[in-house]
Amino acid sequence: MSANGWFQIGLFLLVIFLITKPLGVFLARVFSGQRTFLDPVLRPIEKLIYRLTGINEKHEMRWTEYAIAMLLFSGVSMAVLYLIERTQKFFPLNPQKFANLEPGLAFGTAASFTTNTNWQAYSGESTMSYLTQMAGLAYHNFASAAVGIAVAVAVIRGIARKETDKLGNFWVDTTRCLLWVLLPICLVGSLVFVSQGVIQNLRPYTTVELIEPQTVQVTSADGKTTKQTVTQQIIAQGPVASQEVIKEFGTNGGGFFGANSAHPFENPTPFSNFFQVVLIFAIPSALTYTLGRMTGSQRHGWAVWAAMAVLFLAGITTAYWAEARGNPQLVGINQTQSMVQSGGNMEGKEVRFGIANSALFATVTTDASCGAINGQHDSFTPIGGMVPLINIMLGEVVFGGVGAGLYGIVVFVILAVFIAGLMVGRTPEYLGKKIESYDVKMAMLAILILTFTILGFSAFAIIKPFGTSSISNPGPHGLSQVLYAYVSSAGNNGSAFGGLSVNTMWYNTSTAVAQLLGRFFMIIPVLAIAGSLAKKRIVPESVGTFPVTGGLFAGLLVATIVIVGALTFFPALSLGPILEHLLMAAGKAF
Amino acid sequence: MDPVSQVRKQSLTDTKILARAVRDSFRKLDPRAMVKNPVMFVVEVGALLTTIELISNVMHHAGEVSFGLQITLWLWFTVLFANFAEAMAEGRGKAQADTLRKSRAETEAKRLRKDCTTETVPSSQLRSGDVVVVTAGEFIPGDGEVIEGVASVDESAITGESAPVIRESGGDRSAVTGGTRVLSDEIKVRITSNPGETFLDRMIRLVEGASRQKTPNEIALNILLAGLTIIFLLAVVTLQPFAIYSGAPQSIFVLVSLLVCLIPTTIGGLLSAIGIAGMDRMIQRNVIAMSGRAVEASGDVDVLLLDKTGTITLGNRAATHFFPAQGVEEAHLADAAQLSSFADETPEGRSIVVLAKERYKLRGRDLSSHAATFIPFSAQTRMSGVDMDGREIRKGAPESILQFCCNHGSGASAELQVCIRDIANAGGTPLLVSENGRVLGCIALTDIVKGGMRERFDQLRAMGIRTMMITGDNPLTAAAIAREAGVDDFLAEAKPEDKMALIKREQAKGKLVAMTGDGTNDAPALAQADVGVAMNTGTQAAKEAGNMVDLDSNPTKLIEIVEIGKQLLITRGALTTFSVANDVAKYFAIIPAMFAGVFPVLGALNIMRLRTPESAILSAVIFNAVIIIALVPLALRGVRYRPMGAAALLRRNLLLYGVGGIVAPFIGIKIIDVMLTYLRFV
Repeated sequence: MSANGWFQIGLFLLVIFLITKPLGVFLARVFSGQRTFLDPVLRPIEKLIYRLTGINEKHEMRWTEYAIAMLLFSGVSMAVLYLIERTQKFFPLNPQKFANLEPGLAFGTAASFTTNTNWQAYSGESTMSYLTQMAGLAYHNFASAAVGIAVAVAVIRGIARKETDKLGNFWVDTTRCLLWVLLPICLVGSLVFVSQGVIQNLRPYTTVELIEPQTVQVTSADGKTTKQTVTQQIIAQGPVASQEVIKEFGTNGGGFFGANSAHPFENPTPFSNFFQVVLIFAIPSALTYTLGRMTGSQRHGWAVWAAMAVLFLAGITTAYWAEARGNPQLVGINQTQSMVQSGGNMEGKEVRFGIANSALFATVTTDASCGAINGQHDSFTPIGGMVPLINIMLGEVVFGGVGAGLYGIVVFVILAVFIAGLMVGRTPEYLGKKIESYDVKMAMLAILILTFTILGFSAFAIIKPFGTSSISNPGPHGLSQVLYAYVSSAGNNGSAFGGLSVNTMWYNTSTAVAQLLGRFFMIIPVLAIAGSLAKKRIVPESVGTFPVTGGLFAGLLVATIVIVGALTFFPALSLGPILEHLLMAAGKAF
Repeated sequence: MDPVSQVRKQSLTDTKILARAVRDSFRKLDPRAMVKNPVMFVVEVGALLTTIELISNVMHHAGEVSFGLQITLWLWFTVLFANFAEAMAEGRGKAQADTLRKSRAETEAKRLRKDCTTETVPSSQLRSGDVVVVTAGEFIPGDGEVIEGVASVDESAITGESAPVIRESGGDRSAVTGGTRVLSDEIKVRITSNPGETFLDRMIRLVEGASRQKTPNEIALNILLAGLTIIFLLAVVTLQPFAIYSGAPQSIFVLVSLLVCLIPTTIGGLLSAIGIAGMDRMIQRNVIAMSGRAVEASGDVDVLLLDKTGTITLGNRAATHFFPAQGVEEAHLADAAQLSSFADETPEGRSIVVLAKERYKLRGRDLSSHAATFIPFSAQTRMSGVDMDGREIRKGAPESILQFCCNHGSGASAELQVCIRDIANAGGTPLLVSENGRVLGCIALTDIVKGGMRERFDQLRAMGIRTMMITGDNPLTAAAIAREAGVDDFLAEAKPEDKMALIKREQAKGKLVAMTGDGTNDAPALAQADVGVAMNTGTQAAKEAGNMVDLDSNPTKLIEIVEIGKQLLITRGALTTFSVANDVAKYFAIIPAMFAGVFPVLGALNIMRLRTPESAILSAVIFNAVIIIALVPLALRGVRYRPMGAAALLRRNLLLYGVGGIVAPFIGIKIIDVMLTYLRFV
């Protein structure tokens, strides 16, 4: 670890801290229907959309109607993406003449992009036409992000409002999110990326002559190996910049290219890398401020932020330490950092990012349910690779996905308040709302679904041949690979550990089901909680009220997330990355 | 001491209660009863599974027997310990119910016929609306209202208080309870309850816990515990496939041990005991809570409505100052006042004697030698006094004394008139004293705020509870007393309907309101309040409207009731937090032990350095079982409660039960491991 590395990590957290308030205030204004500086341009467009679609923007929905609207919207969007994928060769903007996708992959990808997971069992540059990328995948990057934010806003309203059963209008929230928040910032952001060298075109792929021809061994289908000399290289092209910005800003993570943010056309410079991690955390961090502002308890918003920040710091410290330390088995190889090398475990990392920025990116992308990667998590040291795994296992609440992080942490806040709230001698209350059996039931349901999905699918896959045949490394590392696949799916993260061949019928289908369960069976109970909270009376605050502010509460929240959220996975972790780490220390690698 | 209070004072270690609790813990193993407690039901099923596995191992001479036997035994102990906790909590109530049942024994009642003759019927045939006649020495056959007569009644069977109380028709002291005994006179009672629904019946059911229903918060907590149990069930069930993949499959004993250690057995085993003990603590303070919900609500109370008289102030006014008229020595006034009050047996009269004694060391004198004639108070003169040694001393209300003096040709100075008005304005009652037709001065009788009230109100404020004094006094008087007592607010010139409106207003703001009351006109407000404590001396209507009855009829007890409610909730929260926090250490004991055989490197996770895998698992299971028993006294007594703000309380309890809950099992498991190894159990 170096001072320079820590400076960059510190600078990152400082920037996130600084944008939390302004962006949070902006979000609160947008979703409260207050005036913003963008109104003169956007308000007419918004009105036009409502007139064309017949939406009554004054209509407020109960939680059930809100949930049904959300499910309908997601369902139809998912079907459209599936159709585009299955028919892409009949449409223009397909210069490489890519074929239609297989049903399994098409379904898996449709589910994955609808749920904001962006799990990719394919490489974009060799599978998807430009039309599919733009109209199918990029559309979902915006839509799924807007859905997540809309749900989070509905949940905040549920906490803030009293004695009503209305949570707002799903169509209005989604539309305003797209028009005011996502589109303007992405427009500016994509130009920033272009300035760094990210490409933006619709050209066919470029073929170039190699300056230095390469000799490679090729194994043919009948098992014979022959030597071939490669003299040409195909360089993929495409509308990357426009897709890159929403990939991070909407915590989607689905890369234009298979290499994701490790690809120089997606993430060319240290600055573009820094800009990407900031974009990932921007909305999730700001939403904590929005929570505080809309509920009238700004200090609660900051307490939630602080809990998230503590978990983030714990993750980045561990990951950076583990990666910078290098691999103890490489005896006699200089792994120390110097002016000429970054040192540490550089396997699977980009030289232009080095250890600190790779560890930071891996932590950020898994804290938030983004899933973009700028290095291979599979190649991280066991402990370094365990950090992304644990981050997702915590329930994607360390800032978390756009909207998803906030409504996810509300579940843990409710549990923390319920478990410890009694200790002040009153029945538990959260910001004046009594937490009763219905709320606890729904909160437990949300956590149960996540645990069930992750552990159930992993345990099933690990003892079945169709599950284990995709594993590339035996032993505990193989367990980590399978576990990571379902953790990433159920947590709607979408990053891959790598190493696991996931484009099989079993993995395409099972991960898709895990993604759908992890997304919608999380949202439905959470909306139910919001609906129930909105109906309650607000008990006025007094010195006898359970404090949901300050360091004590933040600490309690962290403890609840770790004990309730993560300890469940401790047995599985101990047979995966922990065992692998101890075996590595003992001189055994996988 | 009467039997009821004897039971109340019984300590928890009473052998009779203990013996019954041990018997009950086995009886409660019935799965039909266990299923109501999902956490302990899972433990019971687990214990059953290991028992079957153990039997099959023994029959096939295969697998682990010694280890399996010990695990199985401790799993059964875990269930029994939880049952024992519940049985202990019920123990005192059951003993008390037995005593109460004796008072319910069949009695004969003299029922009044329409033609005013009486017929003798067994009390079990009385129906609501019947009128009975009860004479001295007889038991009152059922709950009812006195409609004619006055009697002194021995209510010790219910209240534990042996001094008789007066019950009379009309007014707020008309309610009588079945099973109590008339000591003097004769009364006619209209029966208001049917057999099986009497206060005594309800009380028996309550103390016994037979009609105990889970409170809303208990239900919610049960859902949480059931949810956690399912989560850990998932974690353990899916661990086996992971273990098989890793080449280290686990035995049933180990898997069940891990499961039982992870699920929240500590709070699961103690939850109902905590609730029952909370009700029991109320009963020990002579408060009958009609439901656990009421006990829970009393912890949540935001506003306390307290009647001034009897709650904040002593029921009677007392003399506090002498104000002599111009030209009169204060000592002279005190002397005259004292002389006039020697024969005055009212509390006010006595307080004058006491004040004179304290101020001027005027002691009781032998008045017989002075040939004193005492003039008793009469409604006509509205004065009392004494004639002795040619002195004609009178004491009374200002108007009557002034009238009396006016007849003697003298009056009061303007100064004295101001003094009289000031006393009245400050909430006091002025009395004038005259000697031989000349006004000597004025005595101020004022409300005496009970000792220690200010401190209690300060404590309540620290807990975030607002106190409000209700009084019929004028606002000036009320303000003066409110200031002196240190209540937050007051409602002056209050009529019963004002009280109701006040409660509704506070509730509309989302607050929970507690109050006490005894009169029939208090009944609607008692019913409206979230916690309504009716005085046992009050009317039947009041007792039915409230959700608690204070057998001591002490309105100040409302404050204790709030504290008991809070203590109950804190105990529940503290043990939940402790239970959940315990899991960290148990993971570190069991997980390395499970896989150390196949992967010795995982021994690095064995941070407690437990001797062998078997002793590690067994230690965790034993700790898990023993901690239930160790915490029974805490669950029954309740955690210590000090009135303070929520933030301070949370910090203290989180440190004690949260951090303590993480650390304690590390130490406990290690100690058990050392002992097991030393005793060669493993």
